[in-house]
Amino acid sequence: MILLSLAYKSLSNRKLTTGLTLASIALSVALLIGVEHVRMGVRENFSHTLSQTDLIVGARGGALQLLLYAVFGMGSATNNLSYVSYATLKHHPAVQWTIPYSLGDSHRGFRVIGTNEDFYKEYRYRQDRKLAFAEGHAASEVFDVVLGHAVAQQLGYKLGAAIVVTHGVTSGRGILEHDDKPFRVVGILQRTATPVDRALYITLEGMEAMHIDWQEGAPPRSGEAVPAARIHKEDIAIKQITAFLLRTKSRFETLRLQREINAFEDEPLMTIIPGVALSELWRSIGYAEDGLKIVTVCVIIVGFLGMLMALYTSLNERRREMAILCAVGVGPHKIAALLVLESGVLSLMGCLLGVGLVYGLLFALQPVVEQHFGLYIPVRALSSVEYGYALATLVAGCGIGLVPAFKAYRNTLADGLSMRL
Amino acid sequence: MEYAVELNAVKFAYTPSVPVLDIHTLSITRGEKAFVFGPSGSGKTTLLGLVAGILRADTGRVCVLGQDFTHMSGAARDTFRGAHIGYIFQMFNLIPYLTVIENIMLSCQVNKPQRQRLGAATVREAAQQLADRLGIGDLTTTSVLKLSVGQQQRVAVARALLGAPEIIIADEPTSALDTDHREQFLALLFESCARTGATLIFVSHDRGLMPLFDRCIALTEMNTIRLVPTL
Repeated sequence: MILLSLAYKSLSNRKLTTGLTLASIALSVALLIGVEHVRMGVRENFSHTLSQTDLIVGARGGALQLLLYAVFGMGSATNNLSYVSYATLKHHPAVQWTIPYSLGDSHRGFRVIGTNEDFYKEYRYRQDRKLAFAEGHAASEVFDVVLGHAVAQQLGYKLGAAIVVTHGVTSGRGILEHDDKPFRVVGILQRTATPVDRALYITLEGMEAMHIDWQEGAPPRSGEAVPAARIHKEDIAIKQITAFLLRTKSRFETLRLQREINAFEDEPLMTIIPGVALSELWRSIGYAEDGLKIVTVCVIIVGFLGMLMALYTSLNERRREMAILCAVGVGPHKIAALLVLESGVLSLMGCLLGVGLVYGLLFALQPVVEQHFGLYIPVRALSSVEYGYALATLVAGCGIGLVPAFKAYRNTLADGLSMRL
Repeated sequence: MEYAVELNAVKFAYTPSVPVLDIHTLSITRGEKAFVFGPSGSGKTTLLGLVAGILRADTGRVCVLGQDFTHMSGAARDTFRGAHIGYIFQMFNLIPYLTVIENIMLSCQVNKPQRQRLGAATVREAAQQLADRLGIGDLTTTSVLKLSVGQQQRVAVARALLGAPEIIIADEPTSALDTDHREQFLALLFESCARTGATLIFVSHDRGLMPLFDRCIALTEMNTIRLVPTL
């Protein structure tokens, strides 16, 4: 007990070095736990890009390709699937809802997605969040378009703006513009911090209408074009879509349904389970997080070296103190224990401070980070991994205290009761 | 058990090839005020280390208060030192981050036997009483860094005496003091030792103080090894 109070008083006597050491340990711990939080946040954001969808269905091709074009708006499909097949599966008894996607066009680098009202009603991300409108309403007319949050913000479109869709996916202005059939902005979605923000949404009929007068992938020759005014929603027959998201009525049916769709007789289809596909993708791109981890561990090591240096260099000026303690009956072993205790106290306080700092920062910065980086970092209790980190820090701190402790032990034995001045 | 300290055929060397101490017999009676003198290099510090139980004799027997140190472990000797020996250094006797009263109480807080010897009084009360008697009663909450050297040495005496250890070892405690303070300090030390009946082992190279003591021990005569100070 007296040792603990001595350790405390000795540390508080050296306020500056103690403070600096404490700060470096606290910062390293905060960084370690903070990085872990961000890492988990990024991973969760990634895997929760899409929720409650049990299967993604597309024309047969690569599984990764399907995931990329259906969820992340990257790459493109090699084949479409017929609307008839979609309609058949949509009314399958095991299916609760579907969201059709018709892809292929873009607007100034952002994808244009043809879909229906189920998208606004059923799409879920981050567990159970629904899409919501910042302004306006869902696209229902043929030439209505709804903007993702990032699209509206970057291009500065307001409700009522006219938009010309480019044929094909290009990063800038394309060669072939659907400029004879402009769309009108009727709604702007709220931020989701998912790829949903980076796309424009029209109706399936709108997608079909743009290409209604096209012949075999080529724009209409002059005179054959159908003016927008003559196109009515009721007249449009949707021929094909690119992919669709599907939710089963009961999760148990997912695998059976997957097998059934994979063996679909009318045309070759393929399905992926988004959860599985997302975690597979994450595994292949997640190596960056290991790099992050290595850097953090290095920072912790630097923090501890700082502590080691602070304790070790203080030993010489504390030789008198050690001699006095020795004279009053505190043996060399206990003096060594005192030093281990000091580094232990430092590490413990550093850990507590660091954890406090992390939560303080998380609470303070969470909205800012979500606003500016579209990254939602959930504030949650320490995970077992993070407790492990804190514990390891504590143990390492005490362990490092052994170095100056050993030195002090030898000093005390060598000095005995002589005062080295 | 009349001897406070008994040394028999004690040899000691820090490194085997360089012996520093070889004392045939040396004994100090209980209650005695012994003056140990000798030039630097005569083995004063080593002798004190042996008596305080920090060093262990290579051969021979060191007995303190009837306890034979020969077969005691280091930790046991540390405990023994804490319980029975008060130590006063030449200077810098105080731990800088403790207040005066905390410095005085240090020894009693570390050692249970000393605490028990205080009787009914709490450590703090006893320390305050002792400080009052030594004329530093009003300094107890001061930082030790603000004390004069004379005051510091008095605090050191208070710490050594609190808990009434049987032996007080003073290692040149007056060398940092001027003549006036030196005599004042010695008077205080003698009076305090007389009060508890403690044995005083006082080490100095200042032979002018010799007449004040019961007994003088010339280490140069005791120690058969003469070490030439290497400079």
